[in-house]
Amino acid sequence: MSDAALTARDLRVELGGRVILSGVDLDVPAGAITALIGPNGAGKTTLIRGISGLVPASGSVAFEGSDLLALGRRERARTVAVVEQELTSELPLSVRDAVELGRTPHRGMFGSTTDDSAVIEAALAATDTAEFVDRRFETLSGGERQRVHLARALAQQPRLLLLDEPTNHLDVRAQLSAFAVLRRLADDGVTVLAALHDLTLAASLADHVVVLAAGRIVDAGDPERVLTAGLIREVYGVEAVVLTHPQTGKPVIAFAPPGLAPSAS
Amino acid sequence: MPAAGARPTSAGPKPHVRRAPWHRSVWFWSAVAGVALVVSIVVSVGMGAADIRPAEVLASITAHLGLAEPQLTPIRDGIIWDLRLTRVLTAAAVGAGLALCGAVMQALTRNPLADPYLLGLSSGASLGAVAVIVLGASLVLPVTAFIGALVALAATLALASAAGGVTPTRTVLAGVAVSALAAALTSFVIFWSAKGDSYREILSWLLGSLGGANWSTVAISGVALVVIGVPLVAGGRVLDAFAFGDSAASALGVNVAGVRWGLLGATALLTGAMVSVSGSIGFIGLVLPHAVRLLVGSRHRALLPLAALVGAIVLVWADTIARTAFEPRELPVGIVTAIIGAPVFALILARKRGVS
Repeated sequence: MSDAALTARDLRVELGGRVILSGVDLDVPAGAITALIGPNGAGKTTLIRGISGLVPASGSVAFEGSDLLALGRRERARTVAVVEQELTSELPLSVRDAVELGRTPHRGMFGSTTDDSAVIEAALAATDTAEFVDRRFETLSGGERQRVHLARALAQQPRLLLLDEPTNHLDVRAQLSAFAVLRRLADDGVTVLAALHDLTLAASLADHVVVLAAGRIVDAGDPERVLTAGLIREVYGVEAVVLTHPQTGKPVIAFAPPGLAPSAS
Repeated sequence: MPAAGARPTSAGPKPHVRRAPWHRSVWFWSAVAGVALVVSIVVSVGMGAADIRPAEVLASITAHLGLAEPQLTPIRDGIIWDLRLTRVLTAAAVGAGLALCGAVMQALTRNPLADPYLLGLSSGASLGAVAVIVLGASLVLPVTAFIGALVALAATLALASAAGGVTPTRTVLAGVAVSALAAALTSFVIFWSAKGDSYREILSWLLGSLGGANWSTVAISGVALVVIGVPLVAGGRVLDAFAFGDSAASALGVNVAGVRWGLLGATALLTGAMVSVSGSIGFIGLVLPHAVRLLVGSRHRALLPLAALVGAIVLVWADTIARTAFEPRELPVGIVTAIIGAPVFALILARKRGVS
């Protein structure tokens, strides 16, 4: 792929003596939304953590010409933002406090910088969180929390945004609104990589799909080409019918109950 | 069963408008607390067996600082300057240090029940102190208490790492084990060798007391507060990044391991110094950070200095109650902080119920 912004080569992650990922070659296109799909335990979370330096990884990870694994922590946090699954806080925290955390890598140990509030306001506006900026984080609904985490990531002003199951536990409306935020980001040139479980969501909202199974990349490309009944059978071990959305032309995946005869496609 | 025709409640998101009252009020609260601390010190120095007016307190202090001519009799001046003021200043420094350490420990372990004594520090210090008391060598007491605290901390960390790695949960559990052992050894020492007067001294040590305050305890606690506490307050804002856990902090570019060990070491030293002059005074480090969070939220650049100020005020008054309530007998201050602290903790708990 010629316009890949993020490229990983021969990425390998071992955790507690167990090989989670090995020989992963990943290309993520610039300024687009890429969905990372695969069954539980395939290594999606570990891949995201490996790319972002949260777990030690060997191999190479390059983003827009710089070696991510060699960057210092703070410098990397100014380039890459990560939204992990279901982060909660035990301590009372206002929404503004939570979003402000995103400025951490841009600040000195003791000081504050001048243009912080403009960046924070922009992050709040982009995620429609400005209206509850003074509420406490733990009083928010799941969808609102996810938007706050997105706002926090935006406050980092990243060039690369990594998300682990960002739509888990969200209702349909909240899922679509989260993706609307990601779409605007991608249109602004931010490279987005999101691990997803919902294949139809991945097919309809992502520009590019990467399929991970048992620590290896099985396929990658346009959703229309990659998401076939055969691939779903091979990777997930379930029978599915892949339909075409009458308006968008994107794949819609319908699952067959166990015992039903496999379809032809 | 709802009445027929009852309309379903609005389906949209409920606007739970409880505005946080803390934004932009940090300076206000700090100013209030600062003034309250100075007033508390002056007023509480005046309280006690010998009745002393605040004006006399100010006269004594200004005279000793060389700002005014001495006006008081040497006896009254001695009561103020050598007995009361040393005790009140030690209380202020210890209270500030304990509240500060509690706030830091709660953020570091993400455990709202964390306090400065979590890692066995207080029981280690008690063991060191009690051993010295029964040997009759009270002069080196602060030193052995401090050593006891550090040995307990080292044992806790060694146990946690032997158990498979120093994670917050394992560290806390190891602290529980070390505390229990040190407490048992302390009881054994008391059982075996304490008699007469040393019982009373040991009891006040275990429950926490400022009865032994003098200018050297002011120096120990004050220097520890300035040398360790001030950098802790200044650098503590990095703790904000831990709000969503270690991994999120790491993703924000924070050196998680470095910060954790740096702050853990600093709080251990500060707590050890405080315990060495006052014994283990409970509840200040556990309760006050929660109370202050209700005022100013969880941002540590506001929380830490304010927690220190409020800790100083509360311990000054708790100790004033301890030494005046049952005159001429003196209550160990730890009893007062527990009697005040436990209900306050229950109140805070009840307030939080609506949230989570």
